[in-house]
Amino acid sequence: MLRFIVRRLLQALIALFVLSVLLFAWLRSLPGGVVSALLGERGTPESAAKLRAQLGLDDPIPVQYWRFLERAVQGDFGVSNGVYRGQPALDVFTQRFPATIELSFFAILIALTFAIPLGYFAARRRGGVLDTGSVVFSLVGVAVPVFFLAYVLKYLFAVRWGLLPPSGRQTVGINATHITNFYVLDALMTREWDAAWDALKHLVLPALALSSIPFAVVFRITRAAVIDVMDEDYVRTARAKGLTARTIRGRHIMRNALIPVVTIVGLQIGALLAGAVLTEKVFAFQGIGQALAIGFELRDYPVLQVLIMMAALIYIVVNLLVDIAYAVIDPRVRL
Amino acid sequence: MTTQASTTAYPSGAGGGEPLLSVRDLTVTFGRGGRAFTAVDHVSFDVQPGQTVGLVGESGCGKSVTSLAIMQLLPSRGNTVSGTVSFAGEDLLSLSDAQMRDRRGRDLAMIFQDPLSSLNPVVPLGTQVAEVLQRHKGMKNAPAQKRAAELLDKVGIPDPTRRLKEYPHQLSGGMRQRALIAMALACEPRLLIADEPTTALDVTIQAQILALLKELVQDSGTALIMITHDLGVVAGLCDEVNVLYGGRIVERAGRHDLFARPRHPYTGGLLASIPRLTEERGRRLTPVPGSVADNIPWDHGCAFAPRCASEIGVCRERTPELVPDRPELGADRLLRCHNPLESNPLDDAPTTEESGA
Ligand SMILES: Nc1ncnc2c1ncn2[C@@H]1O[C@H](COP(=O)(O)OP(=O)(O)OP(=O)(O)O)[C@@H](O)[C@H]1O
Ligand SMILES: [Mg+2]
Repeated sequence: MLRFIVRRLLQALIALFVLSVLLFAWLRSLPGGVVSALLGERGTPESAAKLRAQLGLDDPIPVQYWRFLERAVQGDFGVSNGVYRGQPALDVFTQRFPATIELSFFAILIALTFAIPLGYFAARRRGGVLDTGSVVFSLVGVAVPVFFLAYVLKYLFAVRWGLLPPSGRQTVGINATHITNFYVLDALMTREWDAAWDALKHLVLPALALSSIPFAVVFRITRAAVIDVMDEDYVRTARAKGLTARTIRGRHIMRNALIPVVTIVGLQIGALLAGAVLTEKVFAFQGIGQALAIGFELRDYPVLQVLIMMAALIYIVVNLLVDIAYAVIDPRVRL
Repeated sequence: MTTQASTTAYPSGAGGGEPLLSVRDLTVTFGRGGRAFTAVDHVSFDVQPGQTVGLVGESGCGKSVTSLAIMQLLPSRGNTVSGTVSFAGEDLLSLSDAQMRDRRGRDLAMIFQDPLSSLNPVVPLGTQVAEVLQRHKGMKNAPAQKRAAELLDKVGIPDPTRRLKEYPHQLSGGMRQRALIAMALACEPRLLIADEPTTALDVTIQAQILALLKELVQDSGTALIMITHDLGVVAGLCDEVNVLYGGRIVERAGRHDLFARPRHPYTGGLLASIPRLTEERGRRLTPVPGSVADNIPWDHGCAFAPRCASEIGVCRERTPELVPDRPELGADRLLRCHNPLESNPLDDAPTTEESGA
């Protein structure tokens, strides 16, 4: 187990290194570039040259990359030259990242809570109303673009009916202490119940929008897995033992049916981060998605680099966790 | 409807006393209307307490469906079951799901053909044994695990306490079947149904498992229904044998009587196909020429007629009934044949033997 984790982390390190090279080269090959983005219309050739020298952009790209790498291993990812001008790029990440994690976590939570039981009952009553209804619903769930769903939810629940806040992570001016920047967690830790409730209300709509695809995918996988597992000989053995419906469901059907579900949740993490970028934009939710979008507009290389690298790291770590979870529920898997 | 006669013809209480299990006119039909298929057709037999009864026949003759119908483990939809299955005086077919659940695993238990797929791959062995005890004996987990180790020991699994935490894939095929036997016998059921328990195992392991089963049912007085396509398995184990063909019983006799004087040509073919030491190993045995695909429907005569060497004209005209056979050939024999064998085919000189050619 430990050897497996160490090996995977080493692989991750290599992957991150390769990614950093590609990313560095790719960002600098984008048309436009930081100077014209920063100076805009007012730029004169002289001021542009001055800025380029200041940012070290005149050096050859390999030299620039080496400089970046040297600092990066010391935890210095440079300073933002976009809207967060002057802030260390890493700070932009640490301040905004909890928002994205919080959003993704709630989205996955919503998806799993509804999709797994629904998948089970749909499979048990295959061809029934509930089954047919949820299959159609889940098809719609995958087909509707996330940002469209986000706009619809926002329009209905926030703008039209005013039930939930339309944007942001927290009502401006509310009394809230920030420790970890996970707002719900912070409020619970400081027992600021109003702030917790407020943060939760801000999360509902974006998390709901973001959960649509994982919900649909998990539902379909659960349903298919339960249908398969129900026909297995060991379920017949369990019935031959006279076990209660509850034991058969929990221990003999679900424990086996969840194995493919865990895999699919791991694979969904990438799609989730991508979906978060879109959702955050619609709901002005201050996460990395929003920072990425602005970063691209202003060619804020340091911020973009840190955000993309970190997103990749998270992806790797989550998949490692999924593999470990896999080994925990399936004893046949050896790590 | 001609088969209804089987009920009246059936001698009840062969050994005297109340049978533990009494199956009467058990009929299982899959599908309905024109596509309906009767897999088990008015099957009747008794099992006395502690007795071992064989259910023998080729693949597809309805052995598993019969046993699943008794256990009520058939799929909940797509089939119709009729007849009666009385177990210790109760008609199992009229019990509710919950009542049946209380009896399965406690009063009647079952083991299956493929030990690997019959065990849950992600649940430790100890839990899979202990859960029966927890369910039916109200035991807590710790004592149930302890008892599970004793049970594993009893079925011949070495180092049982360590095995409790292991998973099915860590055991050999024979060990897995032993574990399944331990689960089935955990609550000392009065009836055990074994559906081809050795088919998926090596020949040497087969013998061990059969010996184990024999020992266990004898020690505990458990009645056993032994399902097999191999009369060789029956020879060492069963008191009484029912031969099934095309969903119907075609012959029933005590073991010795059956082996001494098979009467149905199908039984004769099965007997002739038991591997003998003089033959090479691993030969795929064809009990009788042809296959079940050649069957004609029972309504039109004898389903076996197209494959039968003793066929006479009437065989395709009139459905044979299951009726008492000549008493001097054995007590309580039943036979469904228009032209039964008059001598044991194995008594012939080997040179004239033509089975399976
Ligand atoms: N769920 C089902 N739906 C439709 N037909 C079925 C079903 N289960 C069994 N049958 C049919 O019933 C017949 C008897 O099947 P059964 O499984 O009892 O055979 P068997 O004697 O146990 O054979 P084997 O030696 O292969 O296990 C077969 O023709 C089979 O195709
Ligand atoms: Mg079978």
